[in-house]
Amino acid sequence: MAEPRIVIVGAGPAGMRAAARLVEAGLCPVVVDEAPASGGQIYRRQPRQFHRAAASLYGFEARKATGLHRMFDALLPRIDYRPETLAWNVYENVVHLRHGTESEALRFDALILAPGATDRIMPLPGWTLPGVYSLGGAQIALKAQACAIGARPAFLGTGPLLYLVAYQYVRAGAAVAAVLDTSPLAGRIAALPALSARPSMLAKGLYYTAWLAAHGVGMLSGVTPLAITGEGRVHQLRLRDSRGSEQIIACDAVGLGYGLRSETQLADLARCEFAFDAPSRQWLPVTDTDGRSSVPGVYLAGDGVRAAGADAAELAGRLAACAVLADLGRTVRPAETALLRRRLARTARFGRGLELGFSWPARLAGELPDATLVCRCEAITAGEIRGAASTFGAPEMNRAKAFVRIGMGRCQGRYCGLAGAEVLAAARGVPVEKVGRLRGQAPVKPLSISLAGAAP
Amino acid sequence: MPRGEEGLFRRVDEHARAPVRIEVDGVAATARSGDTLLVALLTVRARLRESEFGDGARAGFCLMGACQDCWVWTAAGERLRACTTEVAEGMHILTSGMPWPNPAS
Ligand SMILES: Cc1cc2nc3c(=O)[nH]c(=O)nc-3n(C[C@H](O)[C@H](O)[C@H](O)COP(=O)(O)OP(=O)(O)OC[C@H]3O[C@@H](n4cnc5c(N)ncnc54)[C@H](O)[C@@H]3O)c2cc1C
Repeated sequence: MAEPRIVIVGAGPAGMRAAARLVEAGLCPVVVDEAPASGGQIYRRQPRQFHRAAASLYGFEARKATGLHRMFDALLPRIDYRPETLAWNVYENVVHLRHGTESEALRFDALILAPGATDRIMPLPGWTLPGVYSLGGAQIALKAQACAIGARPAFLGTGPLLYLVAYQYVRAGAAVAAVLDTSPLAGRIAALPALSARPSMLAKGLYYTAWLAAHGVGMLSGVTPLAITGEGRVHQLRLRDSRGSEQIIACDAVGLGYGLRSETQLADLARCEFAFDAPSRQWLPVTDTDGRSSVPGVYLAGDGVRAAGADAAELAGRLAACAVLADLGRTVRPAETALLRRRLARTARFGRGLELGFSWPARLAGELPDATLVCRCEAITAGEIRGAASTFGAPEMNRAKAFVRIGMGRCQGRYCGLAGAEVLAAARGVPVEKVGRLRGQAPVKPLSISLAGAAP
Repeated sequence: MPRGEEGLFRRVDEHARAPVRIEVDGVAATARSGDTLLVALLTVRARLRESEFGDGARAGFCLMGACQDCWVWTAAGERLRACTTEVAEGMHILTSGMPWPNPAS
C-alpha cells in the first residue's frame, strides 16, 4: 500500500506534536502553516534579525518554547513542512493550499486541523480608533517586534491573557495605564476549585496579579466599558466601575480581548458537525475524546476545537495523531492514549474554571449604543443588526448577514460574529444558541493578489 | 505623512538592527530590518489607511493576519497585509487612493 498522505494544518503546539507522533510511526506528514516560522501563537518566534533571549520572550514558558522549537526543527528532514502556506478550503478529501500566488489542491487520507484561535472581541464605541488592538495583537507587537502598542496602554477585557500581557509589558519597560477586567472578582473566587486542577497554572496567574499590584499597576474587576475616545487616536477610556461610578482612564492605546474564539472555518468547510457549547457560548466542532470529528478522515486538535491553552494543545495534537494511526490500522499502545486522555481531562477541568472565572460578558452586547460599530470591516452598527431583527425579522445570523452584511466582510466574521450573535439574540429576546452561527466560507482568508514586495 | 504626527508604537528593545529606507505616501521614512510593514509605519505615524466606509482612520487591529484591517498598497498597485509583510529596502507604500477590491479576491 502506498504511504498514506496525512496533512496537518497549523504548526503551533498541537500541530507540532501531531507531526512528531506521526514521524515516530514512520510517516511523513505534510505540515502547512500560514506563518513564516513554526511555533503558533504562544511560542511564536521572533524574526531572524532579533536577538532577545528566550527568557525575555517566553518568561516561565521559555524552556517549553525552546524545547518545542528544537523538537520541531529536528523533524524538518522527515516531514514535508510548508511555511507561508494558507489552507483556504477543504472539499471532500482535498485541501486547497496557497503559497504566494501558487495554488495547489492536495488529496489527503487524513487531515489534522490545528489552526488555533483568535481573540474574542466584544466591541465598544471607539474600538476602531488607531491605537486599539486585540490583546493578542498587543502581545505579538511585543513578542515578535519588540514594540509596545503605545506609551501608556490600558488592557481591557477578561481572561488570564489580560494579566499576562500587562505583566509582559511592564517587564519590557512599557508603562501600563490600567488592567480592566469585566469579570467580577467573585466569579474568580468561585472558579478556584476548578482552577486548582492545575496548581502551577493557578499559581502563575496569582503571581502575575500580585506582581502587577506590587508594581503599582491599577487593576479593576467587574467593570462595564463605556467608550474609547480620542481624535484620530486613543486619548481615554471611559467605564463604570463595579460600584457604578464612572471613571476615566487616560491612555494612548488599548489592548482589548475577552478570551479566545476557535478558528473553526476549515472544520466547517469539511462539513464537520458543530454543537453549541453553553459555558463558552460558542458553536464548536464536535469531536470524540481523541479528536475525531464527525467526518471520517478529519481530525481536530488544540485551540481550533476549544480554546484550552498550550499544554492541552500539545496533548490533543499527539492524541489526534494516535487516532489517525489507529484508524489507519497501525498499532498504538492503549497505555499511551489512556495517559494522554487523562492529562487532557485535567486541562479541560482547568479550562472550565477559566470560563467560569473570566466569563464572556454577553450582557454588554444588549447594552451597546445603536451607533456602535460591531463589524469593523464594513462599518455595520449594533443598530443595523437590531434592524435586521425588527425590520426584516432575521431569525438567525446567516439571514442577518444576508440582510445587513454582518459577517460578510474581509475578516469573515472572526471579530464580529460572536458579538453580533449576542446583539441579535438580545434584540430578539432569544437565547444566543437560537440565532445560530455564521457559516465558514472559502477562501477562509482573502488570497494574496501578488507576491511582489512581500516578505521573502 | 502629516508633519509632526507622532507614531503610535514605541520600540522597547532591539534598537541595534540595520536601517531600512522606505517611502510612505511620497515621504522618506526609516524602518529597521525585521520590522513588519505595520511596525515600520506605525512607529512614525498614527494611521495605515482610511476606512472606505467613512468612519475614520484605521491602524490595524489583530496583528496576526486575521482581521485584514491593515491593508496598504505598493506604488505598483499591489495589495499588502502590513502586519504579515516584512519591510524591504526601497518599498514605496501608499496608504490611500487605491481601488478596493471585493472581499473574496
Ligand atoms: C494571539 C494569541 C496569543 C496567545 N498568547 C498566549 C500566551 O502568552 N500564553 C498562553 O498560555 N497562551 C496564549 N495563547 C493561547 C495559546 O495560543 C494557545 O493555548 C496555544 O498556542 C494553542 O496552540 P494551537 O497549536 O492549538 O494553536 P496556535 O498556537 O494558535 O497555532 C495555530 C497555527 O495554525 C496556523 N493556521 C491557522 N489557520 C491556518 C490556515 N488556514 N492555513 C495555514 N495555517 C493556519 C497559524 O498560523 C498558527 O501558527 C495565545 C493565543 C493567541 C491567539
